[in-house]
Amino acid sequence: MLKFTCPYCGIEASETELHAGGEAHLKRYGPGSADEEFEGYLFLRKNPKGVHLERWRHAMGCGKWFLAARHTSTLEVFGTYPAQTHEPPAEILEKIRAKYPEALK
Amino acid sequence: MSTRLPTGGRLIDRSKRLGFTFNGKQYQGFAGDTLAAALLANDQVLMGRSFKYHRPRGVVASGAEEPNALVGLGEGGRFEPNQRATTTELFDGLTAISQNHWPTLDYDVGAVNAGLSRFLPAGFYYKTFIHPRAAWKHLFEPFIRKSAGLGKPSNPGDPDRYEHAFVHVDLLIVGGGIAGLQAALTAAGTGAKVLLLEQEAHWGGRAPVDGAEIEGEPADVWIKRAVETLENAPNVTLRTRCMGSGVYDHGYALAYERCTDHTPGAAGPRHRLWRIRAGQIITATGALERPLSFPGNDRPGVMLASAVRDYIVNYGVSPGDRVVVVTNNDDAYRTALAVNDSGLSVACIVDARPSAEGPLAQACRDAGIRVESGKAICGVGTHSKRLKSVDICAQAGEGAVLETIDCEVVAMSGGWSPVVHLWSHCGGKLLWSEDNFHFYPDVTRFPTSDNGAQYVRTAGIASGAMLTEQVLEDASKNAVAALADLGHSAEAWRPSATGVEEAKMAPVWVMPQGASKAKKSKMWLDFQNDVKVSDVELAAQEGYQSVEHTKRYTTLGMATDQGKLSNINGLAVLSGALNQPIPQTGTTTFRPPYTPISMGAIAGPGTGNTFQPLRKTPIHAWHEANGADWEPVGQWRRPYCYTKAGESREAAVSREVRNTRKSLGLLDASTLGKLLVAGPDAGKFLDMLYTNMMSTLAPGKCRYGLMCNENGFLMDDGVVARIDETTFLVHTTSGGADHIHAHMEDWLQCEWWDWKVYTANLTEQYAQIAVVGPNGRKLLEKLGGMDVSKDTLPFMQWADGTLAGIPARIFRISFSGELSYEIAVPANRGLELWEKIVEAGAEWNITPYGTEALHVMRAEKGFIMIGDETDGTVIPQDLNLHWAISKKKGDFLGKRAQQRSHMASADRWKLVGLETIDGSVLPDGAYALGEGSNANGQRNTQGRVTSTYHSPTLGRGIAMGLVHNGPERMGEVIKFNKVDGSTVEAKIVDPVFYDKDGEKQNV
Repeated sequence: MLKFTCPYCGIEASETELHAGGEAHLKRYGPGSADEEFEGYLFLRKNPKGVHLERWRHAMGCGKWFLAARHTSTLEVFGTYPAQTHEPPAEILEKIRAKYPEALK
Repeated sequence: MSTRLPTGGRLIDRSKRLGFTFNGKQYQGFAGDTLAAALLANDQVLMGRSFKYHRPRGVVASGAEEPNALVGLGEGGRFEPNQRATTTELFDGLTAISQNHWPTLDYDVGAVNAGLSRFLPAGFYYKTFIHPRAAWKHLFEPFIRKSAGLGKPSNPGDPDRYEHAFVHVDLLIVGGGIAGLQAALTAAGTGAKVLLLEQEAHWGGRAPVDGAEIEGEPADVWIKRAVETLENAPNVTLRTRCMGSGVYDHGYALAYERCTDHTPGAAGPRHRLWRIRAGQIITATGALERPLSFPGNDRPGVMLASAVRDYIVNYGVSPGDRVVVVTNNDDAYRTALAVNDSGLSVACIVDARPSAEGPLAQACRDAGIRVESGKAICGVGTHSKRLKSVDICAQAGEGAVLETIDCEVVAMSGGWSPVVHLWSHCGGKLLWSEDNFHFYPDVTRFPTSDNGAQYVRTAGIASGAMLTEQVLEDASKNAVAALADLGHSAEAWRPSATGVEEAKMAPVWVMPQGASKAKKSKMWLDFQNDVKVSDVELAAQEGYQSVEHTKRYTTLGMATDQGKLSNINGLAVLSGALNQPIPQTGTTTFRPPYTPISMGAIAGPGTGNTFQPLRKTPIHAWHEANGADWEPVGQWRRPYCYTKAGESREAAVSREVRNTRKSLGLLDASTLGKLLVAGPDAGKFLDMLYTNMMSTLAPGKCRYGLMCNENGFLMDDGVVARIDETTFLVHTTSGGADHIHAHMEDWLQCEWWDWKVYTANLTEQYAQIAVVGPNGRKLLEKLGGMDVSKDTLPFMQWADGTLAGIPARIFRISFSGELSYEIAVPANRGLELWEKIVEAGAEWNITPYGTEALHVMRAEKGFIMIGDETDGTVIPQDLNLHWAISKKKGDFLGKRAQQRSHMASADRWKLVGLETIDGSVLPDGAYALGEGSNANGQRNTQGRVTSTYHSPTLGRGIAMGLVHNGPERMGEVIKFNKVDGSTVEAKIVDPVFYDKDGEKQNV
């Protein structure tokens, strides 16, 4: 059972307190977008065996969505951060690249 | 025969006799016995039957790995099937029954399967029951169902209590043998919080039985001292009868404690499930001995060498007077010595190795025990289901009998496999040892936790350390490493220990090595599931190469013991058949739990009323007192209808509909979702959420809206009321309140986080009561306090005020097609208002109605219901709701998706009304038959029923459905299938059956 620290309330929460929300930092394509763009937004996910940026909601806690950088195979968590951003904070990126230079490319 | 020895038995107390029954027969044992030990002491060698062939089976092991001696324990609500006699502690009054036989254990009709075994080869399920097709239903399936399943389920009404315990520890140590104790001692002096678990009732594991000496004394002495030290260490918690069942992500672990299995009826829970979050985990889980594959190795009397030793040393039980030891390693010689020391006789040690010259072999020879090296067992003789003799041959040959030796017991040892289960549960990898011929943990490929570092280590023989001093050394080393990762420094030390040097073992997977196919078909790998060497070889011959596929094809290792005895032998045979090295074949996946745990422990306290929370409206108690026939709606309970004495559900629903339409009805609508959406950008936000325009709604007014997901599919509907310039009250479906609120928060927090909007779920803050029917206005006027006239409060508007002295907000909205007021009041005033309405409404015969009348009335009006007309594949356009989809808005959730070619196509299944020609009610979910059939030979369909009811108003069946191009086919008659194979004709009509112009709701 995974555990994450909620960046809002600071609580280290077990997976049973959380709700998983899939890949983070998707760019929304709405009306006027090309079929390929919309297909990518709606259906195509990276699903890597490796470092993954993903959405979690502290559903049974403060109710906030947050984002997590996690390795899907080793289960290492590089950090969690608020959802109101388009990319991970620099220190999390540094931590990831120090260990997995090819990740997130 | 097996019997109790006059002396010995380190775990039993001969002064305490206990009575128990097995298959109704009375027996006696001693305190400290296991059920298996006590049965053997009473010469009850036969303990069960195998699963497939119903072969007679005796106990083969002495611990958790036992595949044969499975019994049903207890009676009535306390009955538990599939309990291992080897891990069941004896208590006075224990009742056990054997399983998997009919009519009796001694005489089993199903044993004819055994005679047919050559017709039941590997994969026989897949091969045998294909043709003729009809035979499956009438012959094979009933037979398989009757013989399938192991043990019987317990009766309902378990009187025992089960609980979950939640703990956080720094260091979890699983296994209380000398390795686990040494690891705990290493940690005891530090500040680390330690939890040490032992699955059995005793500490110390196998070391005392195996004759280990620590610090110059028998292991028992050291173990006792170690436990005392640990009990006095404030940072260490010890639990016996507590099995570490699984290791999970990020240091999570589960343990299963059998608190009162051995003292039934005692205070406290029967089982406790420990839910543990540990910083570091050490698994000191020991090793399991492997059987040897020789013809007849499943006969009662053939046991693991270590088990024979255990029964003699631990319980003072003789499995039989004359023992033949058969082995490929030195450890089994310890059994020969134990047998000899107890005064029983070792007929022969049959050692498959070309020579046996180690110190243990020498000790046996010195004791006058006959040792035959390079030999094998190639057959067994039986009498009355008991072992009588073994045939000896050369291991190198094909099985020509050199000699027949009389014996009652065969003690076999094929070497030891470390218990790597817990190491492997979360990704720890394994290596193959060419010294000990087993898999052991690869310390360079360990399970990693959230910090990316190792969090599981093994200790002792679980690491592959075979000798006592190595075990202690390894435990100490790994404890120090785990403590260092926790930030504690501990000293690496170990007590002195002396062990006996052991000669190298030899890999022996088939005995004798040149055995014929006939002999291999008598060599059992999996005793419980009846999988033999010949089955695995056949699987390989038929093209199965993956060990995972072979497992499922042959059922090897799929029994309740999960292959604890059979796995390594099975994959060694598979490797041999595939002519590849064992590591290349690999193991099957180790999954929790290590041994089965009770369903009661998993459920814990979450049974009955505490299984999940029950949500009650403020008016719940009134419904209960007035004949409510409950229906679960999510976690809510809502009245389906209110039945009067002697009234059927159907009659009640009809009465509720008729009275409402004719005069006055009353509905508790409190479960309706009520979400507040407020802020300067609230209108803009709702415009994105709903398909229609909400920002243009004037304060004081209501508007029906549709909500889609980004896939374009309809997910919720309801009425939105604008409270003021920046505040909206959103009504959702009863089941949708929580997830629609979550949906709003998702978009607000993750996509439009700069929009100034706030949401709150107010569902439980208000009671909501619908007053429905032509006399509704008169009733509200009688209650008094608010002007509810058509002019002041027209259809689709709302007003705040005080009704009957209660602060209220009245919405003029209708889900029935009648004149209707929905009145929201603070939740704590809900029952008061309801009772006032009931009292005041008596003169109009006011009729409370339930969810079914609600459904019937909305269907008569052609109103859709989320979950009936929608199923996650339906877009609003399919339901002819174009009028509620804004063409002006540039964007809303689902708009882009609805522009996709298939969604935008005119050629879709669309909503229509359906009227049966004969007036009957269409079956729910029935399909409209199309022409011809599809590629699979199935009849083509052209639509389906989504809602179907008997309409009391019209006196006939009415339905809605999605039909291919339905709205263009008005008047056409199509056929729907029925469960009995017949069909029923229905005419495509307008879905609005009642008051098409909507005059009644707008008066």
